[in-house]
Amino acid sequence: MSGEVAAEILTTHVLELARDGRRLDGRGLDEYRAVTLEPGYVASADGSALVHIGDTTVLCGVKLEPGKPFPDTPNAGVLTTNAELVPLSSPSFEPGPPHPRAIEVSRVVDRALRAAESIDLKGLCVTPAEKCWTCFVDIHVLDHAGNIIDAAALAASTALTHTTMPRVRFELGDTDIPLAVKHVAIETTFCRLGDALVVDPTVDEEMACQGRLTIATDEAANIVAMQKGLVGAFAPQEVKELAERAFQHGDRLRAQIKSVGR
Amino acid sequence: MGNVGASEVPQLIGPDGLRIDGRRVDELRALRVVAGPLKRADGSAFVEWGANKVMAAVYGPREVHPRHLQVNDKAIVQCRYNMAAFSVDERKRPGLDRRSQEISKVIAEAFESVVFAEEFPRTSIDVYIEVLQANAGTRCAGIVAASVALADAGIPMVDLLPSVAVGKVGGHIVLDLKKEEDNFGEADLPMALVPQSGRLVLLQMEGHMTASELGRALDLGVTGCRAIYEKMKQALRDRYSVDPPQAMAEAAA
Repeated sequence: MSGEVAAEILTTHVLELARDGRRLDGRGLDEYRAVTLEPGYVASADGSALVHIGDTTVLCGVKLEPGKPFPDTPNAGVLTTNAELVPLSSPSFEPGPPHPRAIEVSRVVDRALRAAESIDLKGLCVTPAEKCWTCFVDIHVLDHAGNIIDAAALAASTALTHTTMPRVRFELGDTDIPLAVKHVAIETTFCRLGDALVVDPTVDEEMACQGRLTIATDEAANIVAMQKGLVGAFAPQEVKELAERAFQHGDRLRAQIKSVGR
Repeated sequence: MGNVGASEVPQLIGPDGLRIDGRRVDELRALRVVAGPLKRADGSAFVEWGANKVMAAVYGPREVHPRHLQVNDKAIVQCRYNMAAFSVDERKRPGLDRRSQEISKVIAEAFESVVFAEEFPRTSIDVYIEVLQANAGTRCAGIVAASVALADAGIPMVDLLPSVAVGKVGGHIVLDLKKEEDNFGEADLPMALVPQSGRLVLLQMEGHMTASELGRALDLGVTGCRAIYEKMKQALRDRYSVDPPQAMAEAAA
């Protein structure tokens, strides 16, 4: 993580603990931090969710507006995902044009939503080639205490399941109806600390880590997206094992999203 | 995959099990690697892979720009992956879009995983990748070219990084997707392998795959990377091997 300085003594300590199967905050290697989901946090949005993973806090707001379909997909609506790493969330985030780190978060979340077909884009078409709904998924990272990719994806999925299509406001219908969410994609991120592969890394672990792998799953036992990031490497066998672990965390978190469903 | 509402999906695997360009599912497109085509760069390489044409150049280790990115105990690797406006069917707006910036980031991280960065403190190793003609798999072609360019520049590395995309097309796990397979297939999984360690330093995926399909895809990709690795080494041999009798004659002359 450029810009932020990791004390070598801390990095070494994190790696030594991991070698013994332990972590700085006392968690097990495959133990996720406590997750809370608070849908409907922003009244001005058509859908929203405030998500905590431990001390990490991410807010997602969804807005729907009429727009024009892309020429190559005349029968489909438009999905736009954007993540902002606002400077208030970390000493290492600066104002200015989007940092590649923020672009990566946006694109990795976007890929999971799109590949999992979270929302039915064809259902967002109003008049082919002329009018459709554009669904803006805007993600604000408010407190970066590690693993913002998973938090951003959780916030997006939770917000989408609570989104209402504002048909009345735009005179596209007599009533507002819920946005149909077909599949819920969950991202699960792992970091390498020596030979240990830990789930849901904290900032200290991310700074010590030797490679990061994010695996997105859907409820039908599909892997829908992956992203290896940061400096480091994974053996194919490790990737296969992490996919199995990602399914377990994914199913648990999907159940949690369902439990706060409307 | 990114083609919701597309009018027609072509048949990508024929009844004979062959792909639209006649390849088997585990067959690579024709690959040509040339080391050192550029004169001014410290190292360079050109890759022609199917209908992809990709040039890579390496500068450095040199001073870091911007200065604040400098790291005191090692070199940083900076990468710029760029697609020429004319490299795709519909003209692309020049400059780095978000896709290019993300790809630049993961490629830089992949190379930083294999260069001996601690040997060049406070410097930058700059990798430039220009996609001149694109037909799916350009990031992989870029990594192959950049690896050879880094070796051509004499940057010490653990190993070269062969790279290829595997995917799922018409229900089959296939190696080295071309454009139609990328656009209309069910999954795309680009990877880069460190042959020495057997580990992956670049791994992305989009689409739908079960756990067992992922396993087969990874195995197929590793096999493909090992074949590509041989071509990369041969490109460097072609550039640097000398014919001893001829070299002696030249020295005497």
